[in-house]
Amino acid sequence: MADQALVKDFEDMLGKENVFGSEADRQTYSYDSAVLTPVVPALAVRPTNVEQLGRCVKKLYDNGIPMTVRGAGTNLSGGTIPDRSDTVVILTTGLTRIIEINTGDLYAVVEPGVITADLATAASKENLFYPPDPGSQAVSTIAGNIAENAGGLRGLKYGCTKDYVMGLEFFDATGELVKTGSRTVKCVTGYNLAGMMVQSEGTLGVISQAVLKLVPPPKASKALMAVFANVQDAAQAVAGIIAAHVVPCTLELLDNNTIVRVDDFTKAGLPREAGAILLIEVDGHPAQVADEAEVVEKVLKANNATDVKVPKDAAEKFKLWEARRMALPVLARCRPTTVLEDATVPRSQIPAMMKAVNDIAAKYRVEVGTFGHAGDGNLHPTFLCDKRDAEEFHRVEAAIDEMFDVALKLQGTLSGEHGIGTAKSKWMEKETSRGTILFSQRLRKALDPKGLLNPTKLVGI
Amino acid sequence: MSNLHDLAQRLMALDDDIVYCMKCGFCQGVCPIFGASGMEADVTRGKLALISNLAHETIKDPEAVADKLGRCLLCGSCQAACPPGVKIMDVFLEARELVYGYLGLNPVKKMIFRILLAKPSLFNFTVRLGAPAQKLVFRKTGEAQNTTCAPMLNFMLGDRHIRPLAAKTSHAEYGFVDETRFAGGLKVAFFPGCMGDKMYTGVTGACLKALRHHKVAVYMPDKLACCGLPALSSGDVRGMLEELKVNLKAFAGKDFDYIMSPCASCTACIKEHWPRYAERLGAWERKLARDIADKAMDINAFLVDVLKVRAASTNANALAVTYHDSCHLKKTLGVASQPRELIAANPACKLTEMAEADRCCGCGGSFNLFHYDWSRKIGQRKRNNVVASGARVVATACPACMMQLEDVLSHNHDPVEVKHTVELYAESLR
Repeated sequence: MADQALVKDFEDMLGKENVFGSEADRQTYSYDSAVLTPVVPALAVRPTNVEQLGRCVKKLYDNGIPMTVRGAGTNLSGGTIPDRSDTVVILTTGLTRIIEINTGDLYAVVEPGVITADLATAASKENLFYPPDPGSQAVSTIAGNIAENAGGLRGLKYGCTKDYVMGLEFFDATGELVKTGSRTVKCVTGYNLAGMMVQSEGTLGVISQAVLKLVPPPKASKALMAVFANVQDAAQAVAGIIAAHVVPCTLELLDNNTIVRVDDFTKAGLPREAGAILLIEVDGHPAQVADEAEVVEKVLKANNATDVKVPKDAAEKFKLWEARRMALPVLARCRPTTVLEDATVPRSQIPAMMKAVNDIAAKYRVEVGTFGHAGDGNLHPTFLCDKRDAEEFHRVEAAIDEMFDVALKLQGTLSGEHGIGTAKSKWMEKETSRGTILFSQRLRKALDPKGLLNPTKLVGI
Repeated sequence: MSNLHDLAQRLMALDDDIVYCMKCGFCQGVCPIFGASGMEADVTRGKLALISNLAHETIKDPEAVADKLGRCLLCGSCQAACPPGVKIMDVFLEARELVYGYLGLNPVKKMIFRILLAKPSLFNFTVRLGAPAQKLVFRKTGEAQNTTCAPMLNFMLGDRHIRPLAAKTSHAEYGFVDETRFAGGLKVAFFPGCMGDKMYTGVTGACLKALRHHKVAVYMPDKLACCGLPALSSGDVRGMLEELKVNLKAFAGKDFDYIMSPCASCTACIKEHWPRYAERLGAWERKLARDIADKAMDINAFLVDVLKVRAASTNANALAVTYHDSCHLKKTLGVASQPRELIAANPACKLTEMAEADRCCGCGGSFNLFHYDWSRKIGQRKRNNVVASGARVVATACPACMMQLEDVLSHNHDPVEVKHTVELYAESLR
């Protein structure tokens, strides 16, 4: 519980209804979506305008109190779990204004707490497109997406959140306002601080406003589904599609475990013997879409696809994607605890990675189903267990450690889109170098001398 | 339960369900109270965490947890959207039973659920006394909604704009109904629900007219208790079981193919909660409740799926009608296309969808009684969507939603009428 004088100050600053100090309220800001131990903060505060946000940061810095910024709390690596019991959580959920959608210059200006899907909807009402679509887009906030560099299904063709950040305003640790980037396509004024803030996981500053790039929406799209006897063929097909110079907007893979479990649940008549299913969508100009779909179909067949389905209308297309939509929900229903990983490898290494994941699961006697973004080599091996069973959970942790080892050996990365947080910080040096850790820590210390911004996250401070 | 540790032990029975919550937070997108307050303790993820913490004794403040548990409409939107499929409604009802039971049930609620709503003759008698007297205290508010308000009763009703009680209740109007089958046709049991019996009697009349039109025989006993959902929502399982026993008796040994209600919440309660809670009664009640639950069907679904009512070709000057999905109808019973088909079956109606048609209206039964300010806030979002649709009529298939819609529309002075879907359909029948 926070000091009474501090609580009173915040109540005067933000109004009583925006200061959450009761034990019950504080306990609900102790976790996020990561399977990690909760830490109950001393207080949670909700500024309702940007000026208040800056004053909150300054007040906490002046008082030497650690702070964790939280949007929707959907982080999968513990980035929004408080570091200590004296942490104050700053909520951005009271800052939800879409300030501008500029249809001439193709950008949007938003406050940090705007929900990703709300921005996408607002853009589409102006016939514009905001492509990043992380799995949590219906609830996740833009500043959270920026702080984690959230990806999604469209990463292969459209990129991730980082590719849409044109400019940012943020408060540094002391509450000073920093402006970087602009509403222009080109801008080289000063350091690219916006680039630094992307995927900084709340350790370098507190985002107060973002200028985000919007693009014209594709006029047409077409989906295909292909069935393969083994993952090797599916991966060859993925490589073949790229080699044929087609860049699909989505290229998703489901492994056999996932197919069987989804079929058990939906009774949709999926090919239970298949080693893998690929779901592909191409989009763009109608003529280009037709050409590309034809090329994709040829490549799929040339790579031993045992079946290729092309939906005739929107209803059939919706049904086709059902298997992918249901992948996580179905896996999550199998066992009490779902550990969703995102180790990522170069596309060409997908078969090796899939084999390793299944071998490791067998070695540690743990259940795993894998689906994910095959086009980016970004797989989601999903470990199913019961964290209340300490012995089993220990085996899961050991299996995940070994999986990271393999991902790094295959020249991949610890995390494609979920972030490091506290969940993967111990692995950082192994993927990067001692120098990277030291450089990052020196950067943090220079910008945040008291070490108050999400102190234990990423490389620590 | 003597102490907090005992309460915790009993709450641990829910742990096997709660542990499936993967804290993805998707409930934030659909929860009506979270949408209005933005507080994590109001959303399902937060509430489940608090129940779990109370069970694991990491919070020792059952009053605080009870307060959070009460801030929920039990609309089931979260459960319908929950990726791991946590049985959230079961967990919430059982947690309310245990926590409220530990703290002691509100004596007013106890009186209402165990005595008034469980004793049809007493409830009916009270309404008979009350209905004529209301003329003295209510004054007219919404023109389009036929609502009234009662400044003299502000201490009890707040600033609500509601329909007055019916001058003559449905059971007084129709008495005990037990028709013989028309030439071997279908026969249904009709459960008007408290609101269909005492407030929205026109809805009951419309349902009976539609059933008669299709030559469906009706069994409607005149001594029914409340379906039990309000008592359950308040954690009063004993009160619910009293009501259930009265209702089971009324339907025992009767011949009918389906049982239905104009109230989606009553139908959902009959289908889901009657068999679940009858487990706590004897073998006879258990079997009967299961049999009745198997026959429970929403009236829109019955008209469209069984009787094959279909959309008609719309008149040139048809009235724009928008439709609000009642939570218990769409999210609990899975009925969404049939009420729309039924509206379109009236040639004088043209269906115009509103945005967020399946977002909760904010009534939630007793939630409205104890959190009227939040209820109004949630209702305002629904009202804005209704008005933006440009429709002159908003139809729904649940009297509780109708009451809430009338209240918010009346407060905003909107010229939008509120109707039950079956009322619209019945208007098209000669």
